[in-house]
Amino acid sequence: MQITSPRFKKNAHEALQNPPLQKAMGNVEVNFIGRRAASAAALPEFEALRDNARDIKNHTLQHLDLYLEAYERKVTEAGGHVHFAEDADAARKIILEICRQKGAKTVTKGKSMISEEIGLNQYLEANGVVPVETDLGEYIIQLRGEAPSHIIAPAVHVNKEEVEAEFRRVHTHLDPKRDLSEPTTLLAEARGELRAKFLAADVGITGANFLIAETGTSVIVTNEGNGDLTQILPRTHIVIASIEKITPTLNDVGQILRVLARSATGQEMSVYTTFSTGPRRPEDPDGPDDYHVVILDNGRSSMLGTDFEDMLRCIRCGACMNHCPVYHAIGGHAYGWVYPGPMGAVLTPTLIGVDKSGHLPNASTFCGRCESVCPMRIPLPKMMRHWREREFEQHLQPKAARWGLKTWAWFAKRPRVYQLATRVAMGGLGLMGRAKGRFASLPLASGWTTYRDFPAPEGETFQAQWAKRRKAS
Amino acid sequence: MTAPAAAAGSKPRVALFVTCLVDLFRPTVGFAAVKLLEDAGCIVEVPAAQTCCGQPAYNSGDRADARAVAEGVIRAFEGYDFVVAPSGSCAGMIKAHYGELFHGDPNWWPRADALAGKTFELVSFLVDVMGVTQVEAAFEGSVTYHDSCSGLRELGIKAQPRSLLGTVDGLTLKEMKDTDVCCGFGGTFCVKYGEISDKIVSKKTKNIREAGAGTLLAGDLGCLMNMAGKLKREGSGVEVRHVAEVLAGMVEGPAIGEKRKGRD
Ligand code: SF4
Repeated sequence: MQITSPRFKKNAHEALQNPPLQKAMGNVEVNFIGRRAASAAALPEFEALRDNARDIKNHTLQHLDLYLEAYERKVTEAGGHVHFAEDADAARKIILEICRQKGAKTVTKGKSMISEEIGLNQYLEANGVVPVETDLGEYIIQLRGEAPSHIIAPAVHVNKEEVEAEFRRVHTHLDPKRDLSEPTTLLAEARGELRAKFLAADVGITGANFLIAETGTSVIVTNEGNGDLTQILPRTHIVIASIEKITPTLNDVGQILRVLARSATGQEMSVYTTFSTGPRRPEDPDGPDDYHVVILDNGRSSMLGTDFEDMLRCIRCGACMNHCPVYHAIGGHAYGWVYPGPMGAVLTPTLIGVDKSGHLPNASTFCGRCESVCPMRIPLPKMMRHWREREFEQHLQPKAARWGLKTWAWFAKRPRVYQLATRVAMGGLGLMGRAKGRFASLPLASGWTTYRDFPAPEGETFQAQWAKRRKAS
Repeated sequence: MTAPAAAAGSKPRVALFVTCLVDLFRPTVGFAAVKLLEDAGCIVEVPAAQTCCGQPAYNSGDRADARAVAEGVIRAFEGYDFVVAPSGSCAGMIKAHYGELFHGDPNWWPRADALAGKTFELVSFLVDVMGVTQVEAAFEGSVTYHDSCSGLRELGIKAQPRSLLGTVDGLTLKEMKDTDVCCGFGGTFCVKYGEISDKIVSKKTKNIREAGAGTLLAGDLGCLMNMAGKLKREGSGVEVRHVAEVLAGMVEGPAIGEKRKGRD
């Protein structure tokens, strides 16, 4: 996937000027926030469950190597295969190789952010394998040739009228009189279209919300059931997941599940929670003949033991972006790569480099709403600040900003000089602004005054007035 | 003012951390803070060696300068019983972030921690520490209150300002939608990403206008200047003030971004 994070500001500008996108983003605020709040409020132990979920993942990360090995052993015992991929390229090659061995022409796919991260669809297509996305949102954006704009609702930026137009464009056999004005009729249309594809696919690829070390099981959490058909119908099932999806036990997964759907959509549980362990056994009614798991690192292990380790607790619930005022304003594509919103602002610099994605951790007001809803209690603003520190150390920020900061710091460290200087400056600014009480434009402050007036200072500084009073009394 | 702690006899020595924005742009807030603290039974002092809490450097990734500024704050303020700031953001910087800034430093870390323990935002200090339950002030009109982010989420300030505003004679509180959503200020964010900030503050001013109150209050001058600037640009007649001005009954002067009365 092409990285456009370096032109974040331009992306954001275009997003702000895009009325259909703005309309769609309005739905994010309406749909997710109240539902999460209601479901959290309905569960008295919700806050304790968050602590618990955090502790489970912290423990796992402390012993990640052991749990990865244990997981691999269990999968192998169950007759499956585990492949470790150090980076995106390695993961793509492993998957293509499996497809080739099976002579696969088409693969069906369940929703997977890792697939987006490694650019799997483009790669398979270029190598003669046709990928078919089966999650409704993923299917829509695949038709539109887009990347997801949200980690759990990939097509959240698309309005239903736009989906209808897309279906009418691509499903050429469609009766023009057929009603496609409602989400349910759109869903039925996609279902009908996909049914044949499920049956024809040679390989099914899914992501995983958890990989259970105790049992060698992969778990997917979905609302549409497409994931089940993807992993049960084809002869071969490939799971792709990143290393931090490892969770020690089934019981641990049960506990984290209690905060996952509630944080994501406000559901108590998602509609489907599906566990798969190895290929079909003789006594099983269905299931694949071959079961592969590709475990991706892609730089994550380098986060262990650093300021960014906490980010590896992320369970991809999307609550942070659902509550982010910046995400609401510009949508997910503006972030310029796979992961948007606060979690993307922390994760993306690790995966593609802070030199390319420096805007992301800076484009935050640090309002802290993301951290306040993150079920895994990930200190997102703190980690964005750590990225800003890295940028500062590497001199990646704009020269003017750096110069301004240094000048300010020079004064801030010298209270006497500071007070003398500000006394003069504020006196002057106060006089200039006295007639109106505000400025409609100010030199060097266009980032402010293009959009809002700048309130004038009252005049004399507090310190100056206070000093006078002390003298007088 | 009703303040049980004051009645106890031992008057605490409180250092006012004026904050750079109040010092430079709105000294009235500083004087309102002094009045409220004195009425609550505190001895108020204003250490001369203060500038800023260091947050601009800290949030820009410049830890060295942030630490240098913070060391100055610790030196200037550690000798008092309490440190109080009319800002959730600046108090939050000292209370929630100085520890992290000096983490592991054998000399400064304990001093930073000690200071964090006795630093408070003004209104929550009055209510939670001094036990103030009512103020003697009058304000004819309706207000709406914006919860600034640091105060709300780092310091848990939400009920305190509302409880004291409820005791101001003649004042009615009309809550806006999404009082707890960011106004888009974010320090340097509002200038660096002005267009995004504008979108966020526009949603905020819409909620403010729809609340139908004559005056907008909040506890942080940065947010107030941002919202006032947008309201004035939109031609709105809503007046904007720091909550301390109303609680202290110091509302004769012009509101934020307004000209002095009788002068054209
Ligand atoms: S950072 Fe937290 S809130 Fe955001 S997706 Fe991950 S777990 Fe969910």
